[in-house]
Amino acid sequence: MGEIRLMMGNEAIAEAAVRAGCDGYFGYPITPQSEVLEYLMAENPYERTGMVVLQAESEVASINMLYGGGAAGKRVMTTSSSPGISLMMEGISYMAGAEIPCLIANVVRGGPGLGTIQPSQSDYFQATKGGGHGDYYLFVLAPSSVQEMSDFVKLGFEIAFKYRNPVMILSDGVIGQVMEKVELFDPIPRRTEEEIIKECPWATTGKTPDRERNIITSLDLDPIRQEKHVMHLKEKYDKMKEDVMWENIKTDDAEYLIVAYGSSARISQKTIDLARAEGIKVGLFRPITLYPFPDKELERLSKQVKGILSVEMSLGQLVEDVRLAVHDRVPVEHYGRVGGSIHTPFQVLNALKEKIVNKY
Amino acid sequence: MDVKFESWKEIIKDENIVFKKTKVLTDNVLSYCPGCGHGVAHRLIAETIEEMGIQDQTIGIAPVGCSVLAYEFFDIDMQQAAHGRATALATAIKRLYPNKFVFTYQGDGDLAAIGGNETLHACNRGENIVIIFINNGIYGMTGGQMAPTTLEGMVTSTSPYGRDPQMMGHPLRITELVAMLPGTYYVTRQAVHKPANVRKTKKAIRKAFENQQQNKGLSFIEIVSNCNSGWKMTPVEANKWMEENMFKVFPLGDIKVDGELVKEL
Amino acid sequence: MTEEIIIAGFGGQGVLSMGKILATAGMKQGLNVSWFPSYGPEMRGGTSNVTVILSDERISSPVLNEFDTAIILNQPSLDKFESSVKPGGILIYDPHGITRHPERTDIEIYQIEASNKAVESGNMKIFNMFVLGGYLKLKPIVSFDYIEEGLKESLPERHHHLIPANLNAIKIGQEIIKKVR
Repeated sequence: MGEIRLMMGNEAIAEAAVRAGCDGYFGYPITPQSEVLEYLMAENPYERTGMVVLQAESEVASINMLYGGGAAGKRVMTTSSSPGISLMMEGISYMAGAEIPCLIANVVRGGPGLGTIQPSQSDYFQATKGGGHGDYYLFVLAPSSVQEMSDFVKLGFEIAFKYRNPVMILSDGVIGQVMEKVELFDPIPRRTEEEIIKECPWATTGKTPDRERNIITSLDLDPIRQEKHVMHLKEKYDKMKEDVMWENIKTDDAEYLIVAYGSSARISQKTIDLARAEGIKVGLFRPITLYPFPDKELERLSKQVKGILSVEMSLGQLVEDVRLAVHDRVPVEHYGRVGGSIHTPFQVLNALKEKIVNKY
Repeated sequence: MDVKFESWKEIIKDENIVFKKTKVLTDNVLSYCPGCGHGVAHRLIAETIEEMGIQDQTIGIAPVGCSVLAYEFFDIDMQQAAHGRATALATAIKRLYPNKFVFTYQGDGDLAAIGGNETLHACNRGENIVIIFINNGIYGMTGGQMAPTTLEGMVTSTSPYGRDPQMMGHPLRITELVAMLPGTYYVTRQAVHKPANVRKTKKAIRKAFENQQQNKGLSFIEIVSNCNSGWKMTPVEANKWMEENMFKVFPLGDIKVDGELVKEL
Repeated sequence: MTEEIIIAGFGGQGVLSMGKILATAGMKQGLNVSWFPSYGPEMRGGTSNVTVILSDERISSPVLNEFDTAIILNQPSLDKFESSVKPGGILIYDPHGITRHPERTDIEIYQIEASNKAVESGNMKIFNMFVLGGYLKLKPIVSFDYIEEGLKESLPERHHHLIPANLNAIKIGQEIIKKVR
């Protein structure tokens, strides 16, 4: 059993980074995730593991620092919140194109624009449909507890290097700010330079006489070669489906289904208990990877239910993937508060009744 | 044809060699226009890397601009950065590999316009890297648009009646700007249009890489260059125009040496 | 057992730290806990609140709309959260500065004169510990020993000499809480 601590989600990400053998964290303060950088600066991981922590001049610089470090085979990460992630989109697109592994956590706040600092889930499209320009996807993990904030840092690095692709942890102000019990995993040592050269033969670690030079770029002016490259990326995205993750909660006898991720999944879990107390047999399907989306499992579940409520703190982004997965076989409705307001378990229950149970 | 080849073979023999391309440059044909300064600048960097014996320890960063394909020409590990972000990449690489040599190669649009923030902050943090800044007063790759370093009155495709400072701002002397930051250790402005200048630039590049070797901090080398295509001149005219006009606004010489300003700004 | 609590007051009253001590103590005792604060600029001089959940089961939502117990330390918080107490639940408030007192009759209402007591003791910083003491008197879910551990873990090392004063305030708080109805 690992060390147990009461931690805020943001602190758990930071501590997990040190433990996951992260080589470098580059970030810029923004509410509601500044605790990550604060924790790391106070913790001084350079003393603990040799991990570099740097406060960059902007999110633009942060993500490009990840480009530099990741392209050199290092385990690098950043965290930010919605407006900052928008600024990073250029760099993220370049990293997807150049196939650079890295870990990015978005502790989402309400938008658009400067919006609010309160929690939201309105960056789903941005996270799961690429976000920046060009044909690409991120591998997206959606933690719904402080425990998963910690665990997904370790998992995120593994997946980032497995696919040579940026991985995003899509969290929000609730999961970032809430304190819960967390069991921390045992520290993994940072990789040595020899290990990096062995595991990442593509990385710019210095051209030794025994190999050709390594070039990391997203540019290829030849459309035929660029097409080939994009098709290679597609194969990778298809392969990612092997690592799809989800959680079914009380779905065995469910006649209705709530689909929700992250904090909305937690809130909806309470809704399910309230609903079942009233005799409504409802289950929860929680996508854990948002890209790849667990569409096969959702399709399977959709065959047993009379209606689905997609719950997300947005105008309805997740709901589009839900509808695609169930092929209009059952009615799918969306419910969610927006702009930084958080729906309560009762509000979700009322929406479930009004939009689904009373109708289907 | 065969006869001609045979005659070349007579000449190209080891004992006749007086100059040889450094092995740190690849055999790829340069994508630069004839008369452009990029090729010389590339050679000087590559020669320095060879002479210092650091080919296996050097990581270079290519920008966006005419030199976007610089990684095709240097036989070292290289990364290609998004427009303006080269010094952010370099910062991370150097911090994560303190024993490697890291340099960026950037043009005026990349370094002084879109990457102005990254440039200033990398310089201000005193990252232990080398920045090579090629200033030709124009956006070459995109077809001759106005750059932050475009001179007053200079005609470009986006200042077709000449750069009017009232409307378009003044030529940005970012090299003087970074020299004022306590984080920079060596700041100099050189050129590569004449053999004497080439020699001076080579010395400056060597000094910059040695500074990095000795953990002295950030070295910033501006190379004032021409863009005969963008300026719509012959290479000879372009060099003359550069001497007469560019050097007035961007005077050559050291600005900061060993962390001390050596020139009044 | 699941206890769902809202603690609300002005920023600077120690609302968040009181919740944190309670959550830490609960975790030490082996319970699942959740601590979800209001955050942002409103903390600085504005209103501040935190939802604390203690449970021996897996905690679902950290965000709640009704509570077993509301601990209310100023008028705006009373106005906001009085209606959020579950029927049969408990509302604890400090009457200091309160102009409109709680009106509900379907919940238990308690007063604790923590502000006055803190002024009397000459140490405003232990104000929240009087309140915590009062709460623990009514809901002794977490034992005193674990509260001490919670204090140790929540307070920075340099403030550990203040733990006895804090514990004493908790004891006094247990004595001064009184039922209104």
